[in-house]
Amino acid sequence: MLKGKGHKFGDSISTDHIIPGRYAHLRSNLPELAKHVLEDADPNFSAKVKHGDFVVGGNNFGLGSSREHAPLVIKMAGVSAILAKSVARIFFRNAINLGLPVLICDTDKISDGDELEVDLAAGKVKNLTNGSTLTFGKIPGVMLKILNEGGLIPYIQKHGDFKL
Amino acid sequence: MGKTLAEKILSEKSGNDAKAGDIVIAKVDLAFVQDTTGPLTVRTFQSSSMTKLANPKRTVLFIDHAVPSPNANLSNDHILLRNFSRDSGCILSEAGDGVCHQIVAEAYARPGDVVVGADSHTVTAGGLGAFATGMGSSDVAVAFGLGKTWFRVPETFKIEVSGDLQKGVSAKDLILHLIGKIGADGATYKALEFHGYTIKKMSMSGRFTIANMVVEAGAKVGLFASDETTRAYLKGEGRGKDYRPLAADADATYEKTIKINAAELEPTVSKPHTVDNTALARELLGTKIQQVVIGTCTNGRLEDLVAAANILKGKKIAPSLRLIIAPASRRVLLDAIESGYIRDFVESGAIILPPGCGPCLGLHQGALGDGESCLSTANRNFEGRMGNPKGLIYLGSPATAAASALTGEITDPRGVT
Repeated sequence: MLKGKGHKFGDSISTDHIIPGRYAHLRSNLPELAKHVLEDADPNFSAKVKHGDFVVGGNNFGLGSSREHAPLVIKMAGVSAILAKSVARIFFRNAINLGLPVLICDTDKISDGDELEVDLAAGKVKNLTNGSTLTFGKIPGVMLKILNEGGLIPYIQKHGDFKL
Repeated sequence: MGKTLAEKILSEKSGNDAKAGDIVIAKVDLAFVQDTTGPLTVRTFQSSSMTKLANPKRTVLFIDHAVPSPNANLSNDHILLRNFSRDSGCILSEAGDGVCHQIVAEAYARPGDVVVGADSHTVTAGGLGAFATGMGSSDVAVAFGLGKTWFRVPETFKIEVSGDLQKGVSAKDLILHLIGKIGADGATYKALEFHGYTIKKMSMSGRFTIANMVVEAGAKVGLFASDETTRAYLKGEGRGKDYRPLAADADATYEKTIKINAAELEPTVSKPHTVDNTALARELLGTKIQQVVIGTCTNGRLEDLVAAANILKGKKIAPSLRLIIAPASRRVLLDAIESGYIRDFVESGAIILPPGCGPCLGLHQGALGDGESCLSTANRNFEGRMGNPKGLIYLGSPATAAASALTGEITDPRGVT
């Protein structure tokens, strides 16, 4: 069970919002890079996010670049899962490869700052602030296997190959 | 039952009868990274249990995003890539050679290949019939080591284009129009397959421009049949032996068909801050711009530079406007020098950058000031993209960019000759 506060963002949060190219010189210094997480969407995000919190997006979250640094800095900020109405393809795969769950649900029912409880196994998000419960779509089977091992590299370490 | 191009290639590379929706494990024919995603790929590879590259001669590291390097950190990333290339035996494409996607098209990708790159615009190679798609550093690190990856076989949208493009209207306008029509997530997880009279007639340069931008509609891949134009292109690159004809089956199943009449298209521009926020150039007349960029993996080929030079030759750009030209590869730069286009650009007032990604991703060379607007031939106009969240980015064709550089405001190139 994951529990934390939801930080709400709008539609079309791009990988440039999450970690823009102007910080490319920090990509080999991840702790420094991570200080700029989501800076162009909310300059205060890095200061207010707490371990276990959730990033809550709208449509097409994570569109744009293939930079794995985007889900990586979100994970490094302590975020336990991303909730969105829809997610861009490469970002989705990258997040799962890093062991960061992305859950597709109707995030219109979540307001900024709501306390959320996520049950990954049951596929439910309980909104402790407004009392509602959301269900999220199943993570596709292949990705669930990778996520359950903690990401792609741990998966390959364990199995030595794709065993899908 | 017939197969789409995506199904055909993934069937061949997985050894299975792949149909849309299936999960397959496919052989990777070419895997590459660039200098902003490569260091993480290399470190991920080195931290894993994989010790050797599956196919060093089909593994390429490109130094193209930060060239020449603007600071010590990025120079050190370049050293890391050079050392990895030396130690692993893979190929290094040095600073100044050009943008990864252009070099992949010129020198590496073959029709029917599976190509994975740690860069979202890897889709460019779909222009010559390769199943080419962008992935993150972990996926590419595994492709480096295992020589394969997993895919969900995408459903395909058939894009049927008829009619002749008007003078002053190009492949860029066509793809911007399509993205405006279906939206930035209109093709998420899908393959786009381009068909019709206009596509058959189109140059490889135009096909690459269209393939390059399919990811801006969310697509996994954008595919063109490999035909006589492809054959002539590969022959011209000294790779005639890499040609093979490849097309979808006539009875392939498509999720939907989208028809476009190219003759009705007009110069099209994406407005800030999303690519699907399109308008006609003529609807934006009077929009002041302070910078114009012509180049990148989208529109940095010779044909693009010719379209721009034809408009700029013998004229001066608007006062206080910066016109930045970044040829996509060393080869393009050489051709543009020999044909006299570089002289035309310099005389018109342009700044010439070395082959590479230039200002596109806001890393260096042409960052925008607060409130400044840029018209770029690149593929993205997201908030913060060109080095400043207070900058405004418009996207258009090389002709629209050149015409706008002369006036200092967004201009329909059809009125300028």
